[in-house]
Amino acid sequence: MAQAIFDEMGAPGSDVRLAYRTLQTWLDETPLEILTLRREEAETFFRRIGITFAVYGEGGDPERIIPFDIIPRILEAAEWRQISDGLIQRVRALNAFIADIYGKQEILQAGIVPRDNVLLNDTYRYQMQGVAVPHNVYTHIAGIDMVRVGPEEFYVLEDNCRTPSGVSYMLENREITMRLFPDLFSRYNVAPVDHYCDDLMRTLTSVAPRNCPGEPTVVVLTPGIYNSAYYEHSFLADQMGVELVEGPDLYVMDDVVYMRTTQGPKRVDVIYRRVDDDFLDPLTFKADSALGVAGLMNAYRAGNVNLTNAVGAGIADDKAIYTYVPKMVEFYLGEKPILKNVPTWRCGEKDDAAYVLEHLAELVVKEVHGSGGYGMLVGPKAAKEELELFGARVKACPEKYIAQPTLALSTCPTFVNEGVAPRHVDLRPFILSGKEIKVVPGGLTRVAMREGSLVVNSSQGGGTKDTWVLKD
Amino acid sequence: MLSRTADSLFWIARYMERAENLARTLRVTDRLSLMPSTAEADGSEWHSTVVVSGCEEGFYEKHEEATPENVISYLAFDPENPSSIRACIETARRNARAVRTALTTEQWECLNAAWLALPGWNEARVRGSGLHRFLDWVKDCSLLFTGGTVATMLRRDSYYFTRLGTFIERSDNTARILDVKYHVLLPEHAEVGGGIDYYQWASILRAVSGYRSYNAVYREGLKPWLIAEFLIMREEMPRSLISCSAEIKECLDKLAEEYGQRHECHRIAGQNYSRLRFGKVEDVFRQGLHEFLSEHIEQNDRLGVEISRSYLM
Repeated sequence: MAQAIFDEMGAPGSDVRLAYRTLQTWLDETPLEILTLRREEAETFFRRIGITFAVYGEGGDPERIIPFDIIPRILEAAEWRQISDGLIQRVRALNAFIADIYGKQEILQAGIVPRDNVLLNDTYRYQMQGVAVPHNVYTHIAGIDMVRVGPEEFYVLEDNCRTPSGVSYMLENREITMRLFPDLFSRYNVAPVDHYCDDLMRTLTSVAPRNCPGEPTVVVLTPGIYNSAYYEHSFLADQMGVELVEGPDLYVMDDVVYMRTTQGPKRVDVIYRRVDDDFLDPLTFKADSALGVAGLMNAYRAGNVNLTNAVGAGIADDKAIYTYVPKMVEFYLGEKPILKNVPTWRCGEKDDAAYVLEHLAELVVKEVHGSGGYGMLVGPKAAKEELELFGARVKACPEKYIAQPTLALSTCPTFVNEGVAPRHVDLRPFILSGKEIKVVPGGLTRVAMREGSLVVNSSQGGGTKDTWVLKD
Repeated sequence: MLSRTADSLFWIARYMERAENLARTLRVTDRLSLMPSTAEADGSEWHSTVVVSGCEEGFYEKHEEATPENVISYLAFDPENPSSIRACIETARRNARAVRTALTTEQWECLNAAWLALPGWNEARVRGSGLHRFLDWVKDCSLLFTGGTVATMLRRDSYYFTRLGTFIERSDNTARILDVKYHVLLPEHAEVGGGIDYYQWASILRAVSGYRSYNAVYREGLKPWLIAEFLIMREEMPRSLISCSAEIKECLDKLAEEYGQRHECHRIAGQNYSRLRFGKVEDVFRQGLHEFLSEHIEQNDRLGVEISRSYLM
């Protein structure tokens, strides 16, 4: 793995890379005051529309804006083609894996994935065993987190197969960039992303349950306004022209799901749920959940409603399972994986654990079930006490941790207080699987706004960028 | 549409209307308290404002005396008063956030902007002339919302539920303003037509933006029974009880047309309207204005409950 940091615009002193040349010219022409002004405009726009990220219970402003960096990230058509092919392949394999786990479990029988890793996993849902889902699709909306370390080198950092969020930022970021910089935008031939919601709607209707009586009624199920991604839930429902429902709006009678409307009950066929498995049905999962619908699982099993993403899809995005994804591609598709995994040590395995403990200061150590950048150690940035503390935790409970080398994440020009400077980025493209698989060209680029920082999570002060994929 | 969505729309409109009426009432109270001729009234206008807004109990639990500062603080800013202007705007915006997709951009931006600006207003900033700037701002927010609703919302169920909220609330508020002022300001032996009386009756009209309208309609000076007639039975007065009743009936008729079904709320709305349309103001006075208004407020509440039962739950 290359250790020198790859800058997507081109390292200082070297040539500006092809895709960025027009941007460079434009940056040279545009005074910093104009950029500052545009950044303020963007912030006003986000506030006024209410595009916020809700963080309740931490003090401070409960509805925060994710910092938006006004300088777009640019990917060449050829670069994107490779990513896109790899994503489709990977998501096909992930879906095949989940279907297999809740079906015949051939991959366990073949000994490719250890049985305990799956069946004793917190994300495994035995309630799904033997349940048929339309078209065998489990992760209808997947977000695959990728990082880049060189011109040709992309790695998958993490698969998100449950309820990946961020797509509304991808769409709103494009809106705002086109509004703020029409001149720059028109100098490029950028592949559009705004058909995402149409594709999503088509994906959802294509997976109507087998007992659906006609044109399927689709709804988006949200935990409510205090959820951090509430804006996105309402945005997607609005763009698709479907109802945004909360648990109490739905009820189940004779294994059929209805919503309460001003004209009486209305049957619901497909639920794009943004509520976690545990809260979906108090009769099956957490009994005290007020976010779900009693009896939903029975309706689901009876084939009277479909849930996207499927219950139990999380088994494929667990960090302990992640390491086996390339093998899944070979096992289910008989193909060579196009996208690479980051080399990963599983602390649950003795040799790996020994290596990790010895090299803590060089590695990134993550909790297998953690997310959002919480419960994570970045070895090279950690103080001595922190290393010792984490080492003790790994020793105490090794199977809870995995470790990866600290990657030299690529950087992109970013407008920060000091001016335009390189900052580390990652990329989350969104893959839709229904009757067919679709990927919109682009995704959500997250950027660590602090110099040298590698943590791009919005809960940790990361920002976002518009991501341009150029057309040939 | 979802019952919860309809319910939220209904309440967003009610809360915005309530905030506006509170602002109007506070403004009139402040104006009244400046009149030298009311100096001997001991600030009873501040007490009556607490009564008109239906907050008597909560207010006196917290404050001993209805001083201007206490009343403004309680009615405008107190987070513990669920009907304070702040609480109204916050609740309206919280509801709006939950049903964003049912609102037009104009409606949402108006509610969101009001909510964003709210923390900038506090007791200190509304001292002196700040009070009027604040109350004007509240009124503007509500008018912008109501105007935005009429100008931008598709004419279908969601629109009619929103409008129902506005008119149910307005009907209640107008009746209360008239009722409480009548009792508090017109003690048995007061001389009608004296200076105090004149300003007090004028204040009722101002509270409903009806002072100039009244003069345009009657041209014979302020007379209590004409003011009562104006606010109860004149359809050309947009905040009168009959106007509100007519609008409510119209909205419910449109819903019945759209859904092909009528409910108990339709019957009550028709009854309310007929009572006002075919009643005589002499009968209102014979029955007793206070009794009449109390009955109206009660009927209006019942109508609200029935609308909720038929559509919103």
